[in-house]
Amino acid sequence: MTHVIRCSGLVKRYDDVLAVDGISLEVRRGECFGLLGPNGAGKTTTVEIFEGLLDRDEGEVEILGQTWERAGRKIRERIGITLQETQFIDKLTVLETLVLFRSFYRNGPEPEAVLKWVELEEKANARFGKLSGGQKQRLSVACSLVGDPELLFLDEPTTGLDPVSRRQIWEGVGAFRDRGGSVLLTTHYMDEAYRLCDRVAIIDHGRVIALDTPARLIASLGAEHVVEFQSEPAPDVAPLESLPGVQSVRAENGTVSLTVSEVHKVVPALLQELQRQALDLTSLVTHHATLEDVFVAMTGRRLEADE
Amino acid sequence: MRFLRNMPVWQLSLTKARELYREPEALFWVFVFPILLALALGIAFRTSGPEEISIGVQRGAGAEAIERALEKAEGFRSALLDPDEARQRLRTGRVALVVIAGDPLTYWYDPTRPESAAARMAVNDALQSDAGRVDVIAVDTREMNEKGSRYIDFLIPGLLGMNIMGTGMWGIGFYIVTARQKKLLKRLVATPMSRSQFLLGQILGRLFLLVFEVGALVAFATLLFDVPLRGSIVTLAFVSVLGAMTFAGMGLLVASRVKTVEGVSGLMNIVMMPLWILSGIFFSTSRFPDAMQPVVQALPLTALNDALREVMLDGASLFSILDEVALTAAWGVATFVAALAIFRWR
Repeated sequence: MTHVIRCSGLVKRYDDVLAVDGISLEVRRGECFGLLGPNGAGKTTTVEIFEGLLDRDEGEVEILGQTWERAGRKIRERIGITLQETQFIDKLTVLETLVLFRSFYRNGPEPEAVLKWVELEEKANARFGKLSGGQKQRLSVACSLVGDPELLFLDEPTTGLDPVSRRQIWEGVGAFRDRGGSVLLTTHYMDEAYRLCDRVAIIDHGRVIALDTPARLIASLGAEHVVEFQSEPAPDVAPLESLPGVQSVRAENGTVSLTVSEVHKVVPALLQELQRQALDLTSLVTHHATLEDVFVAMTGRRLEADE
Repeated sequence: MRFLRNMPVWQLSLTKARELYREPEALFWVFVFPILLALALGIAFRTSGPEEISIGVQRGAGAEAIERALEKAEGFRSALLDPDEARQRLRTGRVALVVIAGDPLTYWYDPTRPESAAARMAVNDALQSDAGRVDVIAVDTREMNEKGSRYIDFLIPGLLGMNIMGTGMWGIGFYIVTARQKKLLKRLVATPMSRSQFLLGQILGRLFLLVFEVGALVAFATLLFDVPLRGSIVTLAFVSVLGAMTFAGMGLLVASRVKTVEGVSGLMNIVMMPLWILSGIFFSTSRFPDAMQPVVQALPLTALNDALREVMLDGASLFSILDEVALTAAWGVATFVAALAIFRWR
């Protein structure tokens, strides 16, 4: 078995809203696969169908070579799940919580060992209610590891966390993969997807709009850099497209973005053109192209919409 | 211990017990409140020797002679009253009876009030013998003041039943709904844990606390108020455990689909309020009319309270309370099965 997840033609409707609109994908054993998309794109619905927590309306799903209908309990023993938000019992300590979850699985590591993986040893006897957001989330990840899973589901594991906590979670996921585990991750953070995932499916409106390695998705823009500027008044964009090294031009909300291959050649030419049009430049920014730019190029919208 | 550590039902029960005993407010309602209530009611309704009967004598010719006669006889507290005052006191129950002198002598009383009717007999007796009536049969009297006949004796088993119901319903219902709201239930069903293990763990975990809540109230009542415990402790424990499991089942059922804490609180009160009133906690169920008896007697708390009373006060064995035990158990099984069938895990 080379695939830990296979799904085809997955459809889920809520009343008349189509939350998942025909998603098909395969996750290979040993890889970290990311579902990247804005809030409300259908990521969580898709994952919860994979996790056997939601029923699908159409399509086929196979987890670790088995179906929920025929081998639900067996699959449960072999996967680990971190939900988008879980509040454990405030009055229970970290270790007590882990021991409770460990008791549900036939096989697995000692709860004390799992605490070490997520760097919570010194909080073993602290009550859940007293933990910080990052510590709570690490306990949540720990609870998904106590059954020694082959496949780990992480739904928005670092949303709302500080940078240190995010890095600790990323390291925990990395260690899990070093032990041979496979991961399905949803996120709306492009840096998280870029850093953790071997392959990424970009999801929008319940569909997969792109699926590849992060590097190749970025390369598909045809250029590695992005130049963004604003001017007063707004420029005529048509002449910009013919500047040397410009791959594409987009104007939105007064900001013009150029996808370019060589920043040092484009910028002087751009300044010259703006002078010719007699415009005042109010801002100019350049950065390496990211998955965010891929999403913007494909949908015309930003990934991390203002939250 | 090793094997207990890997046993889901044990871990779930332990979790439940920890949730309950680490909650200071819960401990107040479970341990302190029933004892305070028993203390207050025990003091308010204490029995302190035979009471004197208040009698009014309406002012007028011959009134003073009657008052003297009542003073000579024992057990009356009499006062001379003007007609208006006499009417007022009789109407508000401050005197049990008004005597109006004359020929014939008039007893003015309220036949629907037991103490008023009793006063009529007692006063008549006293006045007749004062006037020279001779009893034709020689009589002697004996007084009954055994333990078990006082109000506090009636009350304690009722409070025990009330407490078992309250802890079972709140302890289970409230926590289930909170866990559902926090998505903890959803997280639990995402593990290989079976659903009946979870529900069983809730009920068993609740029993940890039972030992202490029943123990505390019974110890308090027997030591401080000298309430008798005539039946065996084993029978009392059995009935308490059965009652706790039954009301834990009802708690599960009440909480089986509710999504908010406010919702479950309201529902809980709707279920428990009739039981508080109808099931003989503070006064006997025999006060309800015959037409209501089939309903009153079918309630789980009525059966539990009756069983507890018979064990504590009459020393009943398990066999003599089989009806009550069977009814309580039937409620428990029915509610548990219904809860399992309609339970919402998300």
